[in-house]
Amino acid sequence: MSAIAAIVREIWGLFVDDGSLAAGCLALTGALAAARYADLLSPPLAGLALVAGLLALLAENLRRSARRLKRRR
Amino acid sequence: MSNWAQAAPALSAAFLGGFVECVEAFTIVLAAASVRGWRVALTGAGAGVAALAALVATLGPLFTRIPLHALQGVVGVMLLLFGLRWLRKAILRAAGFIALHDETRAFARESEALRAHGQGADFVAGLAAFKGVLLEGVEVVFIVLAVGAGDGLLGPASLGALAAGLLVVALGASLRRPLSRVPENTMKLAVGVMLSAFGAFWTGEGLGVVWPGDDLAIPALAALFLAFAALASRALPRLAQTSA
Repeated sequence: MSAIAAIVREIWGLFVDDGSLAAGCLALTGALAAARYADLLSPPLAGLALVAGLLALLAENLRRSARRLKRRR
Repeated sequence: MSNWAQAAPALSAAFLGGFVECVEAFTIVLAAASVRGWRVALTGAGAGVAALAALVATLGPLFTRIPLHALQGVVGVMLLLFGLRWLRKAILRAAGFIALHDETRAFARESEALRAHGQGADFVAGLAAFKGVLLEGVEVVFIVLAVGAGDGLLGPASLGALAAGLLVVALGASLRRPLSRVPENTMKLAVGVMLSAFGAFWTGEGLGVVWPGDDLAIPALAALFLAFAALASRALPRLAQTSA
């Protein structure tokens, strides 16, 4: 049973390593999907916002992770 | 029939991702073999391959039933989660914040853990080989499905992963030691870049974005993620210094 739990945990870990990055990514895509559904955002702008948002999320996450890892040393 | 410009990113992403995962699975199987013998290790690995085949046979047909638009959106978001995770780790490794992955060390750690088991050691070693093959294999299957399913490129993607698997098995069978000279960290960065590019592309398609150049936007997005990774890995040590 613990082996199955370990496998499930590891499969979850394939997608979620740092929870805040995964949550940010889901929030960004969810917000963009809602904006597209409500016709508040044109397709080209949605593409631009997606790429810019992803890079911003990753940059912020890396900065925070680097600080945390540096403190731990 | 897809042309080379369309197929190349899917094939290369699946090859690189498959190669890295197969190298890691091989290290675990080799550790199990070195502690409890090849019979135990290959039984576990064979069971892992069988479980993986059953998983693909069960889930594969489901993919064909999902409407393409929904599939692109769902696969895109999953690829983003998966790809950004790889990219984040690769950048932190390149910037020196986490240790580089080393197959020799991984082999030593795995072997030591397996030696610690007295009773039932054969079962534990077999289970380790099973788990290693299954889990690394699930990643390969996901990469193949994700980069191939959205645009009818399952053939080239499967071919890339199959070539990677065969190459690792051939190298492993001839060397019989961890494949530590493989530039795994660089390959992981490349996989992170490719998967993130595919993820952004499919998520965009799911949002109704018409990318300039259609499929050629994938290499362009990959170039953007690569440039970001290069910049971030250089700037990160300084940023951590100033904001600490």
